[in-house]
Amino acid sequence: MNSIVAIIIDGLVYSSWLFIVAVGLTLIYGVMKILNIAHGSFYAIGAYTAASLTGSWLALGYDQSTAFLIMLFSAVLVGFTLGPIIERGILKYMYQRDEIVLVLVTYALFLMLEDIIKLIWGVNPYFLYQPYGLLGSFEIVELTYPNYNLLLIGCAITIGCFLTWFLQKTRHGKILLAVIHDREIASTQGINVDRVYFLTFTLGTVLAALGGVLTAPMISVQPGIGAETIVMAFAVVVVGGLGSLPGAALAAILIGLVRSGAVHLFPDLDLFSIYLVMATVLIFKPKGLFSAQEERQI
Amino acid sequence: MPDKTLTFTSIAALTLVISGGVLPQWAIFLVTVSLCYGTVVLGMILLARTGLVSFGHGLYYCLGAYSAGTSKLFWGISDLIFMLLTAIILTATISFALGFLLRKYRSIFFAMLSLAFSMILYGLLSKSSYLGSTDGFNVTTQTIFGYDFLDSGYARYIIFLITTFTAWLCCFLMHLYLKSNKGRLADAVKDNELRVEYLGASAAKIIHTNYVISAVLAGLGGALMAISIGHIDPEMSYWTTSGEFVFITIMAGTSSVLAPFFGSMLFTTVRSFAYEYSPDTWQLLLGTTMLIIIIFLPDGLWSLFTRKKKHRSV
Repeated sequence: MNSIVAIIIDGLVYSSWLFIVAVGLTLIYGVMKILNIAHGSFYAIGAYTAASLTGSWLALGYDQSTAFLIMLFSAVLVGFTLGPIIERGILKYMYQRDEIVLVLVTYALFLMLEDIIKLIWGVNPYFLYQPYGLLGSFEIVELTYPNYNLLLIGCAITIGCFLTWFLQKTRHGKILLAVIHDREIASTQGINVDRVYFLTFTLGTVLAALGGVLTAPMISVQPGIGAETIVMAFAVVVVGGLGSLPGAALAAILIGLVRSGAVHLFPDLDLFSIYLVMATVLIFKPKGLFSAQEERQI
Repeated sequence: MPDKTLTFTSIAALTLVISGGVLPQWAIFLVTVSLCYGTVVLGMILLARTGLVSFGHGLYYCLGAYSAGTSKLFWGISDLIFMLLTAIILTATISFALGFLLRKYRSIFFAMLSLAFSMILYGLLSKSSYLGSTDGFNVTTQTIFGYDFLDSGYARYIIFLITTFTAWLCCFLMHLYLKSNKGRLADAVKDNELRVEYLGASAAKIIHTNYVISAVLAGLGGALMAISIGHIDPEMSYWTTSGEFVFITIMAGTSSVLAPFFGSMLFTTVRSFAYEYSPDTWQLLLGTTMLIIIIFLPDGLWSLFTRKKKHRSV
């Protein structure tokens, strides 16, 4: 009984985390058709910024609860700086290139950012432990969980609901859907596709950074976290169907539960289980669980 | 214009063999490593010509290395040739099986599914304490064709010779393959699959064949790497290793069978100097180079050599 509850709770927490780190990736792919490997670096930079900013803020003696505001600020700061620079500075000139070339471009960016992180923050790990303990903990069938986990689940649900509402109900969201559906037709309708790309990439970057920021209190922030995370995010996005929001959510839950089951029951298969799910889903649904119909190239 | 590639390849190989006698140890080692990388990338250019980029070729690189490394453990034989043979057989079998699946995928999906497979292997190896988990283990190669060469004092040179010979042979065969009818279809599949089908060839089969060939080359490269470095670990199957191969493929270009070896030489040389002088900016250098090449030299560095010779026809 205990282990079932543990598997489910751990699984949900992990799913939330997966969803948060993957949602920006799927959004960017959906709109811009870019599988953004640099997403992993944005995530890492978010984590580093949160760790160093919040750390020094708390060192100044401010109230601990303000830590969350600074964390949020870090995500926005990273997103609004890096997103525009990279989109306007580099990606803008690449849109007419092949999808796979764009993957390589973002891979190049990923490599560059990995070292820029090392140059800025050094190679020693950073710790941001305060927010994790700050919220206390809750108990369920003799198992104690930090409330921070609830915050993570809450954030995932909020982000998911917000994006769904944004896409379905607002004018800007509908414009985005039009661009996702057909870029050329959208632009003939008077939609400024260029601007939509710019805003989407920035939003995606904020989401990536937010993923890093929310993860920072749970891990030691060190080189390599971006590379680790981006392949997980890939797994989620590809399993869900590239560019699909509900797909990403479902895939995150699926992978989260499977991995948590693996961790509790067969600890040796931890990492293996994620990619097993990915490979299995792709074998049966080559384009992921939720995928749009595509025209055949002639 | 007569095709001089094979002559060039042979001259280059011969030059390497002779200069191996006078070069210092570290240079021989560097060239050996470059040739191993080059062999893997040679397979990648075949895939690239078919229009596919694999972010998971580390799978076969690692499988090759592990099958060579475990040959002592499983078969009790540590003969160089035997190790290479096991690598070829293992990678050929596995890629043949996975090929049935992967040949249905293109573009990003091909890249991602192959990435998933390589990460599965990484996950398995890094948890198997029997094979040294994430630390990997050391590989000793004792004999070659039964001749005990390890303590002869020429071990490094013999390994270098074998690597050069293998690389030359692969290069030679690959060139002949690319010039054959079947090889030429690779470019056709990249350009337009449907038309290839209309012409009566099967795109899926071409992709499958090329996939198996590239996997075997990756396996050979991995096995040679295991033998020459003497150490293997699961990192060989991590996606960043596959990313390095992709990088060299893009950097060198796919127009010639010599390009991957040229690219790997450059890559390993720059890397060993970068590690020496400024280890934290190595990837920055890689990334910048890659961006510049994608923007200004979409056909890779090799196109610098061939550009002038080509007559533009409209």
